[in-house]
Amino acid sequence: MEAIMNNERAMRFIAPTLFGVAMLLIWEVMIWVTQAPVYLVPPPSVIGSQLVQDWGLLTSSLLITLQITLTAFVCAVTIGVAVAFLFAQSRVLEVSLFPYAVVLQVTPIVAIAPLIIIWVDNAFVAMVICATLVALFPIISNTILGLRSVNPGLLALFRLNKATRWQTLIRLRVPSAAPYFFGGLRISSGLALIGAVVAEFVAGVGGTRAGLAYQILQSGYQINIPRLFAALLLVTLTGVALFVIMVTLSKLALGGWHESEISD
Amino acid sequence: MNSNAQMAPQGGMRGADPSPGEEVVLRAQGVEKTYPNGTHALDEVNLEVRRGEFVSLLGPSGCGKSTLLKMFAGIEQASSGEISAYAQGDESMENPSHGMAMVFQEATLMPWSRVAGNVRLPLDLAGVPKSVSTPRVNEALNLVGLEGFENVYPRELSGGMQMRASIARALAVQPKVFLMDEPFGALDEFTRNRLDADLLDLWRQRGFTVVFVTHSIYEAVFLSSRVVVMAARPGRIIADIPIEGPEVRDEKFRVSKPFIEYCRVLSDHLARANQGEC
Repeated sequence: MEAIMNNERAMRFIAPTLFGVAMLLIWEVMIWVTQAPVYLVPPPSVIGSQLVQDWGLLTSSLLITLQITLTAFVCAVTIGVAVAFLFAQSRVLEVSLFPYAVVLQVTPIVAIAPLIIIWVDNAFVAMVICATLVALFPIISNTILGLRSVNPGLLALFRLNKATRWQTLIRLRVPSAAPYFFGGLRISSGLALIGAVVAEFVAGVGGTRAGLAYQILQSGYQINIPRLFAALLLVTLTGVALFVIMVTLSKLALGGWHESEISD
Repeated sequence: MNSNAQMAPQGGMRGADPSPGEEVVLRAQGVEKTYPNGTHALDEVNLEVRRGEFVSLLGPSGCGKSTLLKMFAGIEQASSGEISAYAQGDESMENPSHGMAMVFQEATLMPWSRVAGNVRLPLDLAGVPKSVSTPRVNEALNLVGLEGFENVYPRELSGGMQMRASIARALAVQPKVFLMDEPFGALDEFTRNRLDADLLDLWRQRGFTVVFVTHSIYEAVFLSSRVVVMAARPGRIIADIPIEGPEVRDEKFRVSKPFIEYCRVLSDHLARANQGEC
């Protein structure tokens, strides 16, 4: 036991797993002891078997949600980076437009989603737009912050060597911005998923185009609580998977040099 | 001690001879600098640096020595007066930045780039092809004793080695004029002494001109062929003292009589300028 506690990496994996298993066991036992009805709180075992039983239905819904999330995420990154570069190049542009980026950010997506869904015919496109709006801001703000966070000494060095604006951007500003950008990616990937779920709730698209959020909504109406939990579990796992992918990407890109990613 | 002649040490001038006949490579004429907030950083500074000299700008914080250096580098503008930096030799693709290189207070290396990439940077920016730049990068790394560290990230180097990499980057452009802004100020004394000695070797071998900003009297005396003493509020030059040392300045020079005498003279000048200020 002590050997495991001393091994940081093993502990990081084993400790949370043990905690999770313990909580599930307590949950299971509490349900049997209190005899709580399944339509209020199902025990983990029932949720598990429901997940197996609905596997086909839930995974096809998962794919839909994933499609919306990833499309929105790619759009957010593309637009966000483009906007950040524009802002970083022109102070006037940034000063005049940044407040509106903030307005976009602080307006709750649930409040504008119905409008977007009315305006845009294609439900998929409408949902992607909603999710993009949610995921956009961290990319813009983090990338701008990064592009501006340049070591003044290095900037002087570039100036001394008569670097062109383009050279300074590519060789200095972009690498300086990378750690901030990857920080933005982590936040934004999670937000894209949240945006997709919210958009599905508002759009309420069923049938073959039903995403996980729609399954959650329907399960709620039908008081099929085990299925609701199963769908919820998949949404959560998707979020975790996105986060892990972003962390890995960041590690690959910055592992050699940035303080945040150095593990020794 | 009023006369410099009295303490002229044994052994002649070493390195470059700052005789009047030598070509002036840097000149400040009536240079003043006032910042927008009203700070009077420099007042009527006149200074000439000749080819091959090792000139130290010595003074307390706020005396404008760094500002003057940055003006020579062209990264700061004078409020009035004239700064001229004479491009020596032909300025071409292979001789970027007017034959001038600057070493900053910190190593200012790009953390995302390996040592070789950092040293190559000025050549890359000037569009020097790899076939030309690679041998020059290797040569520069050899000169500062960093051979074998090409593929190491800066964070893996000690502070002294980072500074060596920074000097190698400046050497890679094969500068005629070397501007150094308190380059070893953040290092411990042993490392600083080592680097001072190595820098002096480089200077003798390569024959470039050095303008060296420092607030260490010992460092200024050890390195320089001439020490320009500055005072603060407003920043101005109060003395210009040639240093004559033995042919080869080594650790023995640091404890020799003339060395200590020079230190005393410089320290007197600084004390007089700061009277009633601290």
